Amino acid sequence: MHEAITHTAVAVSYLWLIPALPALGVLVNLSLGALLGKGAVGFIAPGTVAGGFGVALYCLVQILQLPPGSALEQTLWPWISAGNLQVDIAFRVDALSAVMICVVTGVGFLIHIYSVGYMHDDPSYARYFIYLNLFTCAMLILVLADNLPLLFVGWEGVGLCSYLLIGFWFDKEANASAGKKAFVVNRVGDAGFLLGTFLLFWSLGVGTHSLSFQDIAAHAKSIPLDTVTLITLLLFVGATGKSAQLPLYVWLPDAMAGPTPVSALIHAATMVTAGVYMIARLNFLFVLAPATLTVVATIGALTALFAASIGLMQNDIKKVLAYSTVSQLGYMFLGVGVGAFSAGVFHLMTHAFFKGLLFLGSGSVIHGMHGEQDMRRMGGLRTYMPTTYRTFLIGTLAIAGVPGLAGFFSKDLILAHAFSSSPVLWLVGLCAAGMTAFYMFRLVFMTFWGECRADEHTKHHIHESPATMTVPLVLLAVLSIVGGYVGLPEMWAWGNRFDAFLAPVFAAAQGGEHHMEMGLEYALMAASVGVAVGGIALAYVLYVARPELPGQIADQAAGAYDLISNKYYVDELYDAVLVQPALKLSNLLWRVVDVGIVDGIVNGSARVVGASSSFWRRWQTGNVEHYAVSMLFGAVLILVFFAWHSS
Amino acid sequence: MTAVPIGWFLILGSLLFSIGALGVLIRRNVIIIFMSIELMLNAVNFVFVAFARQLHSLDGQVMVFFVMTVAAAEAAVGLAIIISVFRNRETVNADEFNLLRW
Repeated sequence: MHEAITHTAVAVSYLWLIPALPALGVLVNLSLGALLGKGAVGFIAPGTVAGGFGVALYCLVQILQLPPGSALEQTLWPWISAGNLQVDIAFRVDALSAVMICVVTGVGFLIHIYSVGYMHDDPSYARYFIYLNLFTCAMLILVLADNLPLLFVGWEGVGLCSYLLIGFWFDKEANASAGKKAFVVNRVGDAGFLLGTFLLFWSLGVGTHSLSFQDIAAHAKSIPLDTVTLITLLLFVGATGKSAQLPLYVWLPDAMAGPTPVSALIHAATMVTAGVYMIARLNFLFVLAPATLTVVATIGALTALFAASIGLMQNDIKKVLAYSTVSQLGYMFLGVGVGAFSAGVFHLMTHAFFKGLLFLGSGSVIHGMHGEQDMRRMGGLRTYMPTTYRTFLIGTLAIAGVPGLAGFFSKDLILAHAFSSSPVLWLVGLCAAGMTAFYMFRLVFMTFWGECRADEHTKHHIHESPATMTVPLVLLAVLSIVGGYVGLPEMWAWGNRFDAFLAPVFAAAQGGEHHMEMGLEYALMAASVGVAVGGIALAYVLYVARPELPGQIADQAAGAYDLISNKYYVDELYDAVLVQPALKLSNLLWRVVDVGIVDGIVNGSARVVGASSSFWRRWQTGNVEHYAVSMLFGAVLILVFFAWHSS
Repeated sequence: MTAVPIGWFLILGSLLFSIGALGVLIRRNVIIIFMSIELMLNAVNFVFVAFARQLHSLDGQVMVFFVMTVAAAEAAVGLAIIISVFRNRETVNADEFNLLRW
């Protein structure tokens, strides 16, 4: 039935405004930020993103009014023109991009507003907003791009901004090296992405190619299966880097060194979902490679479980949320991996709402506690910060999968699709869901319930955050509740409108549509709710009712406790296997190859020239007669030469 | 009256040129060197004129005017340099102008 949908494109002239507005914010704040002062900077930066949000909403309305499968297009100018590669700077908004630009600009705007309050006392206020606007611009290029090379420009742009913002407070060594780690780990993924793109172009066959998504879609079926599998696997390597999946997830927990609104915007709501977006965008390519999809789903499920288990024992409030993000991204990959692309994107959207909310809430807590991030020194904050507590609780209920909130619908949809693909994947996802409910409520209980464990001085100064911070929290809390209702299970009320909206984009992926029995679907739902409630109850028992129990359990199972609380020693393993050998090799190359051979050749040739010069310079006597004699001698020689030749 | 053969002119020109060149090489006084250069130039002029007469062409004579013009300019500049050098070094001995060396 989906074959009947026509893919029409409407040429429009306003798409460039969406990334250009934040770029304008960058230019203005970069050139005039110091002159304008904090008030103007804090007005311009969110203002440009709000403008982008306006255009994005207009695009969404346009897409909704056009027949299904339509897209808005704008080709700006030819970009790369080399042989049979003809790439344009071109933007395209279809249903998927429309969702993405609305999420990026909408959530981005709220986080900009929040940052005005959060960063108010920072001396590098203008620099912060320049980076933040630059990030928004790059992320919008990523989701608006009509071709793979332009998507890669955005992909690298967000990576750069991520690096700049993780190391925003670069005067601390740990922050700078966290930024460096994120950058280097992402390079590994990006190498895979680039190789995948090259291989894709190489295998598209004869004729001129623009590498636009329609171009790829038109020629994808002619690529041999082995090649498609290799291309998609390489692209997925890029996704594991950007979206922090096994085995490249290690940079994301360290990325929490950046300011908390940055963690919310880049490392929860938008940038880290770029990998999911890329796979959803190239769904027609990935469905041609079932082996790759199996890898994607397996990696996603394993990451969901692995990261959730680490999250169980973290004591830093932001680290818990970071591992939670890795785990939730695993769900999204599980979704797209089992072919449920719209479910993955749906979870991407709801996750942007509730994880953005949770990060901003933790930022509010850290702000109120004057920089304290250790949950063991928090507690009882619900009386001090009621708005933060209430909104944070809504976000926690949403991520835990409590029925009625956004996370429940999206996570349940993914798990249902996972079940019909492979019950093992479903079980792994279900375990991770239970852990999610447990560690999130552990966080809530340790932070907001019980007695305050902060020292007297800090306790005295705990305060609720200003309105610029609490208003975005409230708005995101509302979105975390209502955001799920666009994608209800098929058998309820208006069904899954979100899926229907995105269906034309994923037309290639929906060959074998399977409808689940209603009874089975209710059973799966009951299982999800069961583990969520179980996790919450367990957290309540361990951290509220019997707070002495966690210590006893840790003593009982000391081995497992050490393993998990040290994050499975993955960082140490990478350090020993990859980082140290690389350092040793670099040291060798430096001392032997560079200093010994390269510098030796360069300095040696200079020494030869110097030695011969010190001999030949004696010819410059400075005596005019000597020069005159040699001139005459030369003239006579020339005369003799000509006389010899003419005779 | 028979014309003097061109060979005699060339011999005289070569003699004058050699005297000039020898003067440049063996004399130490810069002003004498300078005069020797003039002698070399005039030996060349002499040969030009001789060929112009032999070949019935004015080209050689035109070239002489150019050489004389350049020689005049050279004399003006050269004497100015010599005076300037003398003011600085109180000598016109070419052997002592050897600052530009290793």
